[in-house]
Order: sequence, then structure tokens, then C-alpha cells
Amino acid sequence: MSGRCGASLAGLTKRFGETTVLRGIDLCVEPGECVAVIGPSGTGKSTLLRCWNFLERAQAGRVQIGDLSVDAAAATRAEVLAMRRRTSFVFQSYALFANKTARQNIAEGLTVVRGMPQAQADARAMSILRDIGLADRADAYPSNLSGGQQQRIGIARAMALDADLMLLDEPTSALDPEWVGEVLALMRRVAEAGQTMVVVTHEMQFAREIANRVVFMDGGVIVEEGPPERIFSDPTDPRTRAFLQRVL
Amino acid sequence: MIDLDYMAGLVPVILRFVPLTFGMAVGSMIGALVLAAVLAVIRVLRIPVAHQAAGVFISFFRGTPLLVQLFLFYYGLPQAIPAFVAIDGVTAAMLGLTLHFAAYMAESLRGAILGVARDQWEAARAVGMTEGQTMRRIILPQAARVFAPTMVNYFVDILKSTSLAFTLGVTEMMGAAQKEAAGSFRYLESFLVVAIIYWIMVEVLSRVQAWLERRTERRATGGTRA
Repeated sequence: MSGRCGASLAGLTKRFGETTVLRGIDLCVEPGECVAVIGPSGTGKSTLLRCWNFLERAQAGRVQIGDLSVDAAAATRAEVLAMRRRTSFVFQSYALFANKTARQNIAEGLTVVRGMPQAQADARAMSILRDIGLADRADAYPSNLSGGQQQRIGIARAMALDADLMLLDEPTSALDPEWVGEVLALMRRVAEAGQTMVVVTHEMQFAREIANRVVFMDGGVIVEEGPPERIFSDPTDPRTRAFLQRVL
Repeated sequence: MIDLDYMAGLVPVILRFVPLTFGMAVGSMIGALVLAAVLAVIRVLRIPVAHQAAGVFISFFRGTPLLVQLFLFYYGLPQAIPAFVAIDGVTAAMLGLTLHFAAYMAESLRGAILGVARDQWEAARAVGMTEGQTMRRIILPQAARVFAPTMVNYFVDILKSTSLAFTLGVTEMMGAAQKEAAGSFRYLESFLVVAIIYWIMVEVLSRVQAWLERRTERRATGGTRA
């Protein structure tokens, strides 16, 4: 399976104390694909993303990106670092570096992690900022940016890394409704540019219009997955049907 | 009752020792800050063995009086370690001040580090930084901003504590005042002069601290927890 996938999870199991959050997740993401993960709160969607780049440590299973495949439970420090460097991550809380300006937030990973010269990293950061229409906020600190601007910078920081897999954890859930549109528009552009991405989202509109595939999770398992047209118009599992009736 | 002329004459005498007092304080402060940062990082990252050793170190230097520590270093250690026979009072005092205040500063720096929002750690790890890079580039700068005003408090403490060096035979501000008093029997005037000079120095530092705090507030860290 991992031979064909750009990125995959196999048999991923995660427990927090007594509670099992993920019960053997198998998921294969093709290169350039945009996968939307939907489902009720507390079903392990975010945990799934966070195990992929080892913000959480799973108890069993394998994690793969490109030619790198590691044991999720026994990964060494070097493997964890290598996996993180093949991913980028967008947080629900934005999590911009509070001590860095917008431009520095984007350039930081390039200089510190990739070893890119400062001038080159700054130029790349500025070019992305112009591209997303935030060049005039380049020297602003996160505390002086709106939620929508912060999250667009958060996505820009992930874009700059040009990672094999971009993971987005409910990127619009913390936003005031007025900012959701601009963030979704940017996510659409990133997807259309061919970035391989997995998005945990409550935005059914995004899942329906932009994702190539929708994965419905409930109770720590993938209940159903398929093209958005089918999942939304003709869900086979009763749990999927019940969920979609509630949210649509 | 108070001889004002004597006091006025004494001011320049004591002022000559301000550089020594201030220098001892600055040197001890720098040493304490570096050591405190190392101790705090060890404690936060729970580095095995070092973590426990740091705990014992902090407990000892917070749990015993500074004067006892100074006497240990100056009068006690040469007996056990021959190299310490050559130690002079200034060095012994600075060593004691450094270790003593490092222990205190490590704990409050640790608090400042733990006060940095968890998502800052996660964001740094997610872009692929090592733990060291995360600490240096993201966590410590944010912790330092919170810690800065407190740091002035510690410096004031250190500055005043340098007066204990006179018990190791160092002639700094306090030592000079003591000598003058012993010669003239004008104890009240001598100690009043030295007290006032300490007071003015500390007042100036408090103004610096107030300015630092205003500046920190203005450039609030913000965005730490949405």
C-alpha cells in the first residue's frame, strides 16, 4: 500500500490513558490530493493529524511520507525530525510565533531548519506575502493582526516550507465568521496549486467543493470515505447519514 | 547631634567604592543569569540526572543563608580544596552571589518558560525545529520578555547583597563606611551616608524597571492563546 501512496497511515492506534482515540486507522493520500476529514467532535480527527507529524505519539501503527516510513510507536528522535520536516502544519489557534513578525514567521523555518540564507528566506517570505495580499503587514507582530490575517500567515508559513504533506487542523474553527471566507479562499488556492494536503474541517462547503476525497470518522475509526459527490449525496453508512443531516 | 559636615565629607569617600560594588553586582548578575538559564532549561526539558542534580543545587542555595554560603566559600573551602586558598574576598563574594541568585532566578525563569503557550512549542516542532532550536529561537525570547522586569528586582537584591562582602574583608561601600566609622566613632553618619547611596542607586534602578514594564506592555506578546 505504501508503495503507491504519497503519504499514508497504517494501523494507527492512539490512546490517552484509558481512552482509545484512534482504533487502527488506515489512510492513503495520493500525491497532489486534497483529503477532507470530517466527523463529530472528539472522534480523533485532530489526533490523527497530530500523530502524522509526531506532535502526539501513537501506540501502534506506521506513518509514511514518500520514501520515509517509520514505526509510529518506536520512531527515533531523528525519524521524528525527518517526518516533521516532510510536513507542514496549520493550527486551529494559528500558533504564530508571538516573538516574530509576519515575515519572520514565514522565514523562520527556512533559515533555521532549511539553512537558507537570511536574505533569500526574507525574499521568499515577502513574495508569499505579496501573493496572499498581506505584504503591507510584513512587519506586524501577531498580536496586531486580525484572526483572519494570522491564519493566512499561518498557512503562508506552511506554504513556504513546500512540504510533501500539508496538515491543516480545523483552520477556520477559531475564526470569527467574517474572516472564514478569506482563509478558505487561500486554502482553495493551495489545493489547486497541487499541494498534497489533509484537512480536518467543519466547513462542509470546503469538503464538498475543494477536496478530492472526503473521509468520515466516528469513534476513532474511518467509517466511510469517497469522492465528495458520493459522500454528500449518497452516504452508505447510517452514521455518516446522521452526521450529515445534523450539519447540512 | 548629626554632623552634617562630616557626612558631606564622607560622600566622596564612599562614592569611590561605587564602581567596585556595582562591578561585583553586574559580574554576579551575568554569571547568575547564564547559570539560571542553563538550570531552568535542564529543569523544563527534564534532562535525566542533570534534572535531579539541578534540583538539589537549587534547593541547597535557596535553603541556606547567603552569609553562610559566603563563609563556606571563603573560609571553609580552602581547607578542603587547596586551590581555594588563593581565593580573594571579591572572587569568593561574586562566586557566592552568582550561585545563590542563580538558584532563585532559575526557578522564576522556569516559571516564565512554562508560561509560554503550548502551541508555541508545537508550532516550532511542526516546522521541523529541534528541541534546542525551539528553546533558543521561540521559547526563551518569549520567556525573557516576561522575565525582564523581575530581572531588575534580582539585580537590586544582588546589589544590596554585595554589602555582605565586607564580612570577607572586602572594602566595598559598606566596608569603607565601616572603616570610616571605626576611626571617627561617627557610626550614625557613616552608615546613614552608605544607606542613602544604596537607596539612590536602587531608586534609579526602579525607574529603569518601571520603564521596562511599560515597554513590555506596549509590545505585548499577544496571540499566545487565541
